[in-house]
Amino acid sequence: MFAFAIRRLIQAAGVMLVVALISFLMFRFVGDPVNQLVGVDTTPEQRAQLREDLGLNDPVYVQFARFVGKAARFDFGISYQIKQPVAQLIASRLPATLELSFVSAIFALLVGLPMGVYTGLYRDTLLSRLFLAISLVGISLPTFLIGILLIFIFSVNLGWLPSFGRGETVSIGGFWTTGLLTRSGLVSLILPAITLGLFQMTLIMRLVRGEMLEVLRTDYIKFARARGLSRRAINFGHALKNTLVPVITITGLQIGSIIAFSIITETVFQWPGMGLLFLQAVQNVDIPIMAAYLLLIAFLFTLINFIVDLLYVAVDPRIRLGGTAG
Amino acid sequence: MNRQSFLSRAAGAAVRASFVAGALTAATFSANAQDKTLRFAFQGTLNALDPYSLNETFTLGMLGNVYEGLTKRDKDLTIIPGLAESWETIDPLHWRFHLRQGVKFANGNAFTADDVLFSAERVLADGSDLKTRIPADSVWTKVDDHTVEVELKTPNPILHYEWDTWYIMDKEWAEAEGATKPVSAKDTNPGQAAYKANGTGPFTIESHEPGVKTIFKTSADWWGTVEHNLDGVVFTPIASDATRVAALLSGDVDLIEPVPVQDIDRVNSDPNTEALTGPELRVIHLGFNQMRDELPTSNIKGKNPFKDPNVRKALYQAIDIEAIDKRVMRGLATPVPLLIAPQLHDAADLKRWPNDVEAAKKLLADAGYPDGFSVGMDCPNDRYVNDEQICQAVVSMLAKIGVTVNLNAQPKAKYFAKVLAPGGYDTDFYLLGWTPGSFDSWNVLVNLATCRDETGKGGPFNLGGYCNPKVDELAKQIVVETDTARRNELIQQAYKIMLDETSHIPLHQQSLAWGKRKNLDIAQRADDQVLFYWAKLN
Amino acid sequence: MPYFTGEESKARAGVAAGDTAGRGAFARMLDSDIWYSFRHSPLTIGAAIVSLILVLAALFAPIVAPHDPFDPASISIMDSFYPPVWSADGQSGFLLGTDDQGRDVLSTILYGMRISLAVGFASVLLAMMLGVTLGLVAGYVGGVTDTIIMRIADVQLTFPAILTALLIDGVARALAGPQAYDEIVFGVLVLAIGLSFWVQYARTVRGSVLVEANKEYVLAARLIGLRPVTIMFRHVLPNVLGPVLVIATINLALAIITEATLSFLGVGVPSTQPSLGTLIRIGNDYLFSGEWWITIFPGITLAILALAVNLLGDWLRDALNPKLR
Repeated sequence: MFAFAIRRLIQAAGVMLVVALISFLMFRFVGDPVNQLVGVDTTPEQRAQLREDLGLNDPVYVQFARFVGKAARFDFGISYQIKQPVAQLIASRLPATLELSFVSAIFALLVGLPMGVYTGLYRDTLLSRLFLAISLVGISLPTFLIGILLIFIFSVNLGWLPSFGRGETVSIGGFWTTGLLTRSGLVSLILPAITLGLFQMTLIMRLVRGEMLEVLRTDYIKFARARGLSRRAINFGHALKNTLVPVITITGLQIGSIIAFSIITETVFQWPGMGLLFLQAVQNVDIPIMAAYLLLIAFLFTLINFIVDLLYVAVDPRIRLGGTAG
Repeated sequence: MNRQSFLSRAAGAAVRASFVAGALTAATFSANAQDKTLRFAFQGTLNALDPYSLNETFTLGMLGNVYEGLTKRDKDLTIIPGLAESWETIDPLHWRFHLRQGVKFANGNAFTADDVLFSAERVLADGSDLKTRIPADSVWTKVDDHTVEVELKTPNPILHYEWDTWYIMDKEWAEAEGATKPVSAKDTNPGQAAYKANGTGPFTIESHEPGVKTIFKTSADWWGTVEHNLDGVVFTPIASDATRVAALLSGDVDLIEPVPVQDIDRVNSDPNTEALTGPELRVIHLGFNQMRDELPTSNIKGKNPFKDPNVRKALYQAIDIEAIDKRVMRGLATPVPLLIAPQLHDAADLKRWPNDVEAAKKLLADAGYPDGFSVGMDCPNDRYVNDEQICQAVVSMLAKIGVTVNLNAQPKAKYFAKVLAPGGYDTDFYLLGWTPGSFDSWNVLVNLATCRDETGKGGPFNLGGYCNPKVDELAKQIVVETDTARRNELIQQAYKIMLDETSHIPLHQQSLAWGKRKNLDIAQRADDQVLFYWAKLN
Repeated sequence: MPYFTGEESKARAGVAAGDTAGRGAFARMLDSDIWYSFRHSPLTIGAAIVSLILVLAALFAPIVAPHDPFDPASISIMDSFYPPVWSADGQSGFLLGTDDQGRDVLSTILYGMRISLAVGFASVLLAMMLGVTLGLVAGYVGGVTDTIIMRIADVQLTFPAILTALLIDGVARALAGPQAYDEIVFGVLVLAIGLSFWVQYARTVRGSVLVEANKEYVLAARLIGLRPVTIMFRHVLPNVLGPVLVIATINLALAIITEATLSFLGVGVPSTQPSLGTLIRIGNDYLFSGEWWITIFPGITLAILALAVNLLGDWLRDALNPKLR
């Protein structure tokens, strides 16, 4: 177990290093950093000086080592556009994105799970077909279109919910702002969370349905039936329990992708999170923010993967530690 | 028939629903209205708060609520006293400014002549984007605590025209905050002035999160007469047009800028909102690269078709500006013959070349391009009102005379990085808008029409490098001419030369379009600055 | 990759796969349960017909469409904002109305769908070829090769599709310069979307190969001295084609939506040659002002297209999964 954890850790570190390399190459070679920093009236001498100061004349591997060293200390330099330290900018935007992502994930789970169970148990009822149809429409409509339509209906025409932003936020301990404690913060969350969570919801629903169908065919469910257990006990005591492990795993893995997909939702709802910051950075070629964002997302993913791997081993001793069958 | 009636019924239901919603939201938000906080949303972000970092209308306008210049401009843009109570020209080379007494900065420091001298030095320092505000060779001396004298090397009758956006900073505060130099992008440790503000104006900044939210509070002891009734202002950037309009309609904000032209009707039809429109002083124009010997984006090799005035005129006459203004701008733009708005300079007998496709074809054929040619066009897509749509319309109009235009529409950051000096003026054909900061023709000529070299010495925003020594000569005479009638005549001469040889294609003067809740009164100034001290929430 | 030498092997991969899997499997398919389940699912038949109609309409857009929206000389700004023909102000020449530039919405949808479908198919093909090849190699060869490929897959998984696509697009844009970019935008989009989707194929194929490789027929094939490449493509590949086909179908819908999203975010195809996503982005600006047809019709088309393809994918997955029958 311990050796396995160490091995996975080393692999995770390797993955991070590769991402760091991509991020560094982008930082260094996509557009000239000096051109990004200076104004119209900067002389060639000043440019050369700046180039020297920034260490752009050192060998590339030295620059990369410096980049990794700084990244490890969360030092990503100054944003070209906003002129604040990137780490500080991301830290101030992180709570907004994480809150939105977690609320979306919970929404997706709470709605997707029962729908999945129902459609799995009663394959051919009208309601099942309706749920499946809704889920298909859900994944066939692009996120941005759903967001716009929700705003159009619930903010403009009905006037029930705010159309943009986070509402009022409360600062906790000086480093975290939360919208979960105020009424306006909570109502502001509804539309973006639904928009962002809809895709994951359909994913979970279909996953649960598939798993339920598989489990219900297994021998031990048949035995349970033969033993005369009640439908309820079989469905929820046995079948659902067995589907939960993969569902929770997938949901966990999806959190990273929810965070990434929040780029679109945050754009539509003007949600002041990292995604919006990233998109603005892409539009303005603000490379330090782009590089830092990529590293952060990669880090979150690697972390989640790592935890899921460990949990798997802890939960299911049948999984062989390392090595491949081939 | 069925479908139509269904749709109209659905629309009716939606309208009814929005009436109910209006009542609901009014109740929900009345609590907010009580404390008289103006909620304002703009399409762009407010970044650094250093008043010398960025020479851009919106940023300067927002900072104009907090900082003040020696002069100010009234609702109709006439120059009025600001931090200087009065001024006089002793002779063409010596100006004297009498400073207002008893004015305090937000931190309580008194405003004195030392602050003016410090600000003059700071605005010329490295990293400042506002260096053109005062002549670099001017000499500033303190006569007494409330009198300043400026000595010039050459006469300059419009010296103070742009001083309403040259904001005076507190010397002691800047020194204490380590902000004696303007914060430029290359500083790795930007001074606090980048995030804080300390001005003499009617508002102070309580908190500032770039790209998220900026909170203004009313300053308790401002020297001027208070016209507004606000307790404060919350500013939020909302980039998406649809979201911004939705926020206004749903009552989440009181004021938005801009309202997309196509949404003006909708904003006006809502019982709680209305659009505030008026002519803006910005003129949108097209420019040609006349410096390159060969256009890299063109299929014509070995020569540059744009060097021929007849080719430029052919393109001019192929463009139906009336159609663009009617359809793309929905009537909210006025075609102009010159690169300056008619409010700032009367074009008199100078008229636009008429739209005439046949004449354009003939001009092209006579110039040696009977089958037309191809060329690439650069266009911003988030800077001016419907900029990309205008460019697209131009593309299809030019296609009708055989000129194939490959459009490259980009966000303004990338667009400006390509077409301005740092990008090496890399454009063959472009769309640009210009508002003269001094509201005067000299600014237009010297920025857009005087010769320049590759590095941008000369007319810095003359992207195409149009060059006629006669125009340069006229510009030199205009800046020192103190007789108004004679000066106007020289200006007219310069514009006539430019029109005759189609230096640029002036398109139109776009309109301002703000959207507001009906309970808000605010003055809209033609330079598009949003000034909260003229706002009243009822 | 010791068993492959560039282009030659790629071509061989295609031929081999086509031979066995294509003809043989297809013939088997017709008299199989799959064909039976197809005929007995009206929804699937409907989806197949709709997909076919849309693909054909897009393919023959130059013949079917009443106007050519990509020819700037043929459009006039004065034709802009006509509502659909059944509305009061509708113009008979423009069935679904016109957009902000005076382009016929119906024609623009047909031409736009062409781009959306082309990007979709090409990127799925790219992802499939890349993923299947790497998955086969990883599973069959094993060892260090396997580890390297799967670690690359891990890194790739680290970036969600939309982020990978944004990244590749941004880098290409910066490197090519804007004018050149417009010429290669199609390729960049295919690359950006294709590269974000290969991992799924690789993982699935590798998993199946691990199972198949230890089966007796593969061992037998090895014993009689067949070359690994032959074994892989002739014997192993046909057995994993089912899941690959399912992934490909669902990915096609995803690819079309991803392209639309990229275009909506403003990094996709230029607005002079709009895809469905670009059309929705343009029309989005006019949704509040009452010109709903500019965004709603392309939106509906996109949704129907994605829905039909998804339905086919769903059916295919259920049909190929014997446990569910």
